[in-house]
Amino acid sequence: MALSGLEIYKLLPGSSKNPEVKKHANCKECGFPTCLAFAMKLGQKQAVLAQCPYVEEESKAKLEASAAPPIRLITISANGRKLEVGNETVLFRHEKTFYHEPGLFVRVKDTQADAAEVAKAVGEYMVDYVGMNLTMNGVAVEAAGGDFAATVAAVKSACPLPLVLLVEDPAAAEAGLTAAQGTQSLLWAATPDNWEAMAKLAAQYKVPLAVRAAGGDLDALAALAEQVKGAGVEDIVLDPGVRDYDSSLAAFTQLRRLALKHNERNVGYPIIAFAGDDPVLAGQHIAKYAGFVVLDRFSSGTVYPLLVMRANIFTDPQKPIQVKPGIYEINNPKPGDPLMVTTNFSITYFSVANEIESSGIPGWLLVADAEGMSVLTAWAAGKFDAERIAKSVKTTGVAEKLSHQRIVIPGHVAVLMGELEEELPGWEINVGPREAVDLPNFLKMQWG
Amino acid sequence: MPTIEVPKEKWNGKVREITLGATAAEGGTRAKTVTVGGETTLPFLHFEGEIPRPPAIAIEVQDRKPVDWSPVLLEAWGDVTEDVAAWTKAAAEAGADVILLKFSLHDELSPDYARQVLRHVLDATGLPLIVFGPGQADLDNDVLVAVAEEGKGENFVLGVCEDKNYRTIVAAALAHGHLVNARTAMDVNLAKQLNILISDMGLPLERIVMDPTTGALGYGMEYGYSVMERLRLAALQGDGMTQQPMLVTPGEEAWRAKEARAGEGVPQAWGDWAERAINWETLTASTLVESGADIVVLRHPESVKRVRGMIDVLMSKSGVTS
Ligand code: SF4
Repeated sequence: MALSGLEIYKLLPGSSKNPEVKKHANCKECGFPTCLAFAMKLGQKQAVLAQCPYVEEESKAKLEASAAPPIRLITISANGRKLEVGNETVLFRHEKTFYHEPGLFVRVKDTQADAAEVAKAVGEYMVDYVGMNLTMNGVAVEAAGGDFAATVAAVKSACPLPLVLLVEDPAAAEAGLTAAQGTQSLLWAATPDNWEAMAKLAAQYKVPLAVRAAGGDLDALAALAEQVKGAGVEDIVLDPGVRDYDSSLAAFTQLRRLALKHNERNVGYPIIAFAGDDPVLAGQHIAKYAGFVVLDRFSSGTVYPLLVMRANIFTDPQKPIQVKPGIYEINNPKPGDPLMVTTNFSITYFSVANEIESSGIPGWLLVADAEGMSVLTAWAAGKFDAERIAKSVKTTGVAEKLSHQRIVIPGHVAVLMGELEEELPGWEINVGPREAVDLPNFLKMQWG
Repeated sequence: MPTIEVPKEKWNGKVREITLGATAAEGGTRAKTVTVGGETTLPFLHFEGEIPRPPAIAIEVQDRKPVDWSPVLLEAWGDVTEDVAAWTKAAAEAGADVILLKFSLHDELSPDYARQVLRHVLDATGLPLIVFGPGQADLDNDVLVAVAEEGKGENFVLGVCEDKNYRTIVAAALAHGHLVNARTAMDVNLAKQLNILISDMGLPLERIVMDPTTGALGYGMEYGYSVMERLRLAALQGDGMTQQPMLVTPGEEAWRAKEARAGEGVPQAWGDWAERAINWETLTASTLVESGADIVVLRHPESVKRVRGMIDVLMSKSGVTS
């Protein structure tokens, strides 16, 4: 947690109780007139701690810890495909944004004949959503009594994504890590029983290590993370050992609050969650604070909605998704079919496009560059006026695709009609409905 | 070894408690009533406050077989969509706490017709009702005024009130003992404003359900989600005009999405149609339940089962640590 200037001041020589240190107060060696002035600059990140030669060791440790992110960034990778989670700074996305989408993994067991096949499907899966290619993030290989190393090797060659190794026996873990060499996998899990051996492996193979406590015991979890860290493992992931909706929500919320608001360094790490074969639980994990989500089953009809949900929740509220301005053809329109105009705010675009598309009516949808605002907001801000609409009619060359010169404008901007007639001489301007949902009816009744 | 203190927030606000329906003793004919609200913490955080009761699930039935519903939905309900009374019974059996009766837009729609349909539904179930008009101001007013009068004292939720059309509906609720659903377009201040406008007409805040508008998964869900989180935070921080229980319509929104409606001509990566469509509705609903919804209106029986399953576990207090 970042410290304020005043909190920093309390750790500088000017506030020291040790006369040997206190005597340097306001010596100006840092380049600032007083310790307080230096503290303020540190708080604003306009100075670095090393500029003061007299800071006590204990204070130094506190100040350095406060500069680290409250939730550590953890990276795993394979074949150039990388997943970063952590570094989150808020509890609610509207406070700023959520930064790193949780990785979605599918579990395969080493006793499962089709493990490599599943891994291949997971690795190849890709789906388009508003122009983004959404993909899965990896495979979690579980040691369930089969040939773990062989399964890890098979999964690794079938799928280019990072791995999570689900294994508690250190000997099997080492075999798995050897088989996974060349990738940066996540090793799960260190428990109170095996943590020394697991920490040694994680340090030796330079992989992040998940620590697992039983039944949501956060004390035990923090203690384990501290022990593992003491053994030289910096990259840690938390598994509080809860699996159902209620205890996950409670434990994950508490962990996030502890890290962000209570400066609890021992739980300042991403969380791994296990959703079984329940997409609804996976959805909760995505919205409420998991960094890794492991699914038991891979199925397009389930992962597609989950990937879209993740994209939605992790959209920066300050930067809504925009669609590219231009002309969109819906239901294979012909030159005589209707032309409608709307803005490039993604939700506006999709609600209009969706209505036209599901009505089955062919049409041309002209998307004007309104800087990603909805119709009313853009109009109020002067980003969706007659001039802009006319400009997009001209620059897209839509007229050449049509056998008519008629354009439907959103009902909310009916006032633009007169101006638009001037900007587009020879065009007939029609005022459409205010809401997208009424478009199909409007087209059926008015266009002919 | 250090002991971690459970990080609790202190809230001084509480969501209003609103009861839907009225039994004979209360002036209606419902076999049971459903109360929502009363939370004193964020959704399901039993470790720091009261979540006195689960969110309610309403199932939407329409006065006649919908012409624009996805075949996935129509197949799930089968023949009952031909008859509103049968559909209502099936919805109750599918696990509804509340029935939402939605009038569709057609030529026969009239006040008398609406009264008749309402009678059938009242006779078919003892559950509380939410009644929505077809969504056109004049017709909504005609239908809802008739329904309000016909079901006098039943304590329905009448909807939808919007800033451009709420007076007639609120007056009908006032005159005949009902509640209203106040819908605003995903905006905290608009939501507060409409609550104020409606309560200024004399309808107590205890009779207003707030509907912040739902976007489907992939179609703006995150806007509604964040507005609901902000409304709930404001409510818990003591802002009296945000303390209404929230009603959302993930069923209607999700089933308008192409992902739920289209079985053919879609990318292979979208997977099995029914699986994807039901996930679309379920995930939209479950995400909104996590952000504070008190009433979710659903369409598919399987979604009802799954959302109920989730709510049951979230209410089990398995996550309470001492
Ligand atoms: S170097 Fe700056 S901060 Fe350090 S003791 Fe001197 S004045 Fe204070």
